[in-house]
Amino acid sequence: MPIIKQKDYKTWKKFDRKRDLQNWLCWFLGTLIFSFCFGLISSKTIWFYVFDSHNEALDLLGRMFPPETNYFLTLIKPIWDTLNIATIGTTIGTLIAIPLAFLSANNTTPSKKFIRPLALFCIVSSRSINSVIWALLLVAVVGPGVLAGIIAIGLRSIGFCGKLLYEAIEEIDENQIEAIEATGANKAQIMTFGIVPQILPAFTSISIYRWDINIREATVVGLVGAGGIGIELDAQIGDLAWAKVSVILLAIVVAVVFSEWITAKIRKAII
Amino acid sequence: MNDKKVIWKRKPLIKNRLLRIGLILLISTYLLSVFLTTEIDWQRILEGIPRGKNFIFAFFPPDFITRSDEILAGIFESLWMTIVATIVGILISIPVSLGAAKNIAPKFVYFLSRGVITLSRSFQEVILAIFFVKLMGFGPFAGMVTLSLSTIGFFAKLLSEDIEDINKSQAEAIKSTGSNWFQWVNYGVQPQVMPRFIGLSLYRLDINFRESAVIGIVGGGGIGSTLNTAFDRYEFETAAAVLIVIISIVMIVEYTSSHLRKLIK
Repeated sequence: MPIIKQKDYKTWKKFDRKRDLQNWLCWFLGTLIFSFCFGLISSKTIWFYVFDSHNEALDLLGRMFPPETNYFLTLIKPIWDTLNIATIGTTIGTLIAIPLAFLSANNTTPSKKFIRPLALFCIVSSRSINSVIWALLLVAVVGPGVLAGIIAIGLRSIGFCGKLLYEAIEEIDENQIEAIEATGANKAQIMTFGIVPQILPAFTSISIYRWDINIREATVVGLVGAGGIGIELDAQIGDLAWAKVSVILLAIVVAVVFSEWITAKIRKAII
Repeated sequence: MNDKKVIWKRKPLIKNRLLRIGLILLISTYLLSVFLTTEIDWQRILEGIPRGKNFIFAFFPPDFITRSDEILAGIFESLWMTIVATIVGILISIPVSLGAAKNIAPKFVYFLSRGVITLSRSFQEVILAIFFVKLMGFGPFAGMVTLSLSTIGFFAKLLSEDIEDINKSQAEAIKSTGSNWFQWVNYGVQPQVMPRFIGLSLYRLDINFRESAVIGIVGGGGIGSTLNTAFDRYEFETAAAVLIVIISIVMIVEYTSSHLRKLIK
């Protein structure tokens, strides 16, 4: 932070001249990239629709109010299904993620050259394919319904939990393992008494966090036919029954806020 | 003499015994009720297995060539969308995250900003995309608006948590120089949250690219549209190629962003 001397007084500046120029260049390049990208998007946009969108929005809101409240009763089963998709999917996902995480962590993997890249590849491909795309594939295989949703959410959760878990395994305290080793423990005992207690808190918080995310994800897998409240949403949008759609949206908000509240409670109780 | 064996047991994860047993009971009743209420059509699954096998084999070999123009166009569109949406989203998130930080904002602004964040977090990108496609027409603009809005929920929430954790004495030192509010934020708060800010932006860029692959399915433009078209035309070889392209780009983006984040730290 230099003090710059101008003609007859000193003034303080945050950065010196070189840093200022660098910052300016970064901003310039950033703005250039942004405007270039925006130009490309804008060339593919029909601006008439965009400028008209507030009228459309008002019209839509008008159709959504008042919400058809008695429709809520038929929603109870889809909401229950959505919760189940999230919960069972998370359970399956975390159960598969545990061995994968041990295989891909640097300090526990049986072979760094062969198995670790393979396990990492499983984790990354599970992470990069969104649960809706998984559901799209699975609906074709196991048929539309809750099961496809459960498997889709499960497959998607593997990558997330696996990644966070193997990072947690890599960060464990080696001294504790050495202490267990010194008692003459075999490999399985080292695992249960040396490694597992250290990653258990991370594991619980990761799975709770993923469950919270999965509630949200489970609301959309239904859009491609994989069960839950998404099926209902898709059907009502298709019917242009906006008064029912608003009830569904309200139900989703309530479910998400509820799940957030419950995860906060569980986190406080356990950790 | 004392001939009782002393047995060491591991400490349980949950200390309160009643809570522990209660939780186990609760979970088992829940699982039971799930299995009783979910209809799983085993017949359909058995039928589906050979069909699924055919389906998966239809993906091989991935065909990059026939539709290479469309795949390339889709990827570039996704990239533009991601970049613009991340920047716009972050620009909106900055005031929201300042408003959602307890130590900076007055009560009224705090609750307003928290409301915005909760609303933006509640809806999945795909649901938002359905509505924006309806409002603004098909194409990348609707996708961009969707991604920017969902960026707010993520970015503002995490950034405001970081703002709440700032070192108060540094901020107060700036205030004591007689700075106005903007100067105070710029010199007292911003430098403290900058590392987190950059890390979060890179992370969100990564997420937005992944999400851009799905919002195309409901008409939001980008690589998702290409994927959806390929599925609709039953060109599974092309779909496989698109999926492989998505996976490899995500891998590259993730690798570079985690590398950059390490560099910045």
